[in-house]
Amino acid sequence: MTEVAAPLVERDFAVPDIRCAGCIAKLEQGLVRDRRIAAARVNFTEKRVHISCAPDAETPELIGAFLLLGFEAHPIGDGAAEVDRGASDSRTLLRAVAVSGFAMMNIMLLSVSVWSGASGATRDLFHWLSAAIALPTVAYAGRSFFRSAWRAVRHGRTNMDVPISIGVLIATALSLYETATHGPHAYFDGVVMLLFFLLCGRWLDSVMRDRARGGVTALLRNMGTGAMVVGADEQSRWIDADAIEPGMVMLVAAGERLAADGVLVGGASRIDLSLLTGESAPQAVGFGDPVHAGTLNIEAPIRVRVTAAGADTAIADIARLMGEAAQGKSRYVRIADRAARYYAPAVHTLALLAFAGWMIAGAGWHHSLLIAVAVLIITCPCALGLAVPAAQIVAAGSLMRVGVLVKDGSALERLAEVDLAMIDKTGTLTLGRPVATNLAEADAATRALLLALARASRHPLSEALTRDLTAAGVTPVAIEAIGETPGFGVEALWDGRRVTLGRPVQTLADSALATELAIDGVAAITVCFADALRPDAAETIAALKRAGVAPTILSGDRATAVAPVARALGLTAQTGMSPQDKLAAIARQAAMGHKVLMIGDGLNDGPALAAGHASMAPGSASDAGKNAADCIFLGDRLMPVVLAIRVARRTQAIVRQNFAIAIGYNIVAVPLAFMGYVTPLVAAIAMSGSSLIVVGNALRLKGAAR
Amino acid sequence: MNGLLVLIPVALTLGLIGLAAFFWSLRRGQFDDLDGAALRIFVEEEEEAEEQGHGGAAGG
Repeated sequence: MTEVAAPLVERDFAVPDIRCAGCIAKLEQGLVRDRRIAAARVNFTEKRVHISCAPDAETPELIGAFLLLGFEAHPIGDGAAEVDRGASDSRTLLRAVAVSGFAMMNIMLLSVSVWSGASGATRDLFHWLSAAIALPTVAYAGRSFFRSAWRAVRHGRTNMDVPISIGVLIATALSLYETATHGPHAYFDGVVMLLFFLLCGRWLDSVMRDRARGGVTALLRNMGTGAMVVGADEQSRWIDADAIEPGMVMLVAAGERLAADGVLVGGASRIDLSLLTGESAPQAVGFGDPVHAGTLNIEAPIRVRVTAAGADTAIADIARLMGEAAQGKSRYVRIADRAARYYAPAVHTLALLAFAGWMIAGAGWHHSLLIAVAVLIITCPCALGLAVPAAQIVAAGSLMRVGVLVKDGSALERLAEVDLAMIDKTGTLTLGRPVATNLAEADAATRALLLALARASRHPLSEALTRDLTAAGVTPVAIEAIGETPGFGVEALWDGRRVTLGRPVQTLADSALATELAIDGVAAITVCFADALRPDAAETIAALKRAGVAPTILSGDRATAVAPVARALGLTAQTGMSPQDKLAAIARQAAMGHKVLMIGDGLNDGPALAAGHASMAPGSASDAGKNAADCIFLGDRLMPVVLAIRVARRTQAIVRQNFAIAIGYNIVAVPLAFMGYVTPLVAAIAMSGSSLIVVGNALRLKGAAR
Repeated sequence: MNGLLVLIPVALTLGLIGLAAFFWSLRRGQFDDLDGAALRIFVEEEEEAEEQGHGGAAGG
């Protein structure tokens, strides 16, 4: 809207809950109704919203505008720069694909006339035209291959790009010579087609990485991105997490995560440490108690004097462990690179042999070189370059539709190999949030009243109640004069009677979480909460076992808290484990030759997630957990874990088939090239044919996740 | 042969126009949100027009 004063500030927000066209309309049309927001544009693919807002609009106000529409939003700050770099990589590749595609089609048109019998001056003209199109194309579209090949050669190594570059350059030079000497064959079409197919493979690979990264950035920064800080003049203002300094006093509302380590200086509450330690029971804290960044304040607003912020927090130790653990994973070599390791030298040797053989046979250097080039072009890994990325991007897309984000292709490859699953309890096997356990005791009227009161509050227990009751299809009754006293609860008037929902009068045993509904001061019902198992945990465990992946629990929680879960699911469990212990447990299994799949969510699982052969985290996990995991599954169900393993295995099977197709094609084509029967026409047909078959085969994965 | 002298430049020019159009759309960000573009056809246009016309006074 136009009344917003210029200049406007551009900001990006990650909104993970954008799911349909309705969400797009709601956000774009709803956000601009806010006075401070001038324009909003949804990027559905990356689950982001770009808004132009007034410069004085503060982050919490903007997040509030999203909340009003029913969306959770997380500001994306400096992360954007990195994302954009990745996206510009794909864009460069896409441009190269377009240029080579254009060139390929035009040269093909000219070549068809040559193949169908053009001769003499016409053929020369067509060859010269082809050269005029092909030379700039090779220079433009081939850059990424030449650069990578040069890097490899300079360090005395060889990779897939070396035979490609040599093949392309020699074939271009030779075709130019042929054209100049009125020769019958020019390989411009083959050269450009080769570049086109290879670039398609590269581009697919890059798009897949971008998409996953977009999805992950949308999920990251889920917590503690800033804090309300009280200044000397008792004025509170919002500052970002990286600007928090020791000595500041933060106001932490109930339901908020702490942005920094500190000491409690006002109020009393209970803190949920589950992300940090895996311990599920909340811990009571009072004046002078230390509290940690990343933990969740669940009961009442508190004031915290910051003692350590940013890199100095207790999390830093875990981050260091994670860095060390991740090194093992970086040693994994992707299947395409493993294939290239054998393939590239083989191609070189074959071409050299062809050249030497024909020289010895007395064919003359021109003819021998021509055949060597034909061998290089025909063996160049067109189908091989597409075999892996095509299959993996189709599989990742199909997984994304069922709510599993795969970070890159190597994650799929590693996931296919796992044979042992180590699963964290709190937040992974369980939902990691309180769920009301005794709602069945309440009658319909009480439930309606409960919902009416609960949805007026942002307290975690109220939110849990709201979620459960809404899911059960309860319609709230009308209440008025709603007020909330932090730390005690919500009160309102219902039919002229005073109703309250809040802290139970009598403290319950066993530090259980509970909230009490009272009508005119008389307790109507005490709702108890517990961390419930994910709805399909048992099925998932059974499916994992059927898939040949042996599951076991690895928890930081006490044995008494883990035992019921382990019993219910029939699993063995190791309890009371520190991040180091989890790391050691994985290392032990890895040393015995197992490929461990680590599934966890907490900060304390971070190092283990980084160390596992493959790892998965739920969307509700900590930033550290999501960063370290290879795959992230969204929603309350655990079944996507098994689904992801199944799809990964099918992908691997398809990749292997694709390799077989590519190699089979070489077995047929190479002898032909060796004998000198491969004309540009044969090369073109063979190359495009094998590439299309490989892509077609990969497309079979489209519905794999269903 | 004379036909070719006309047809080949025409073919090449048409191809180049296509390439230029693709580059233009790439630079304009039309490929930034492919999934979103597919969904936007479901967003009711009248509502959007109303939004722009009445400065957002209309209800969603």
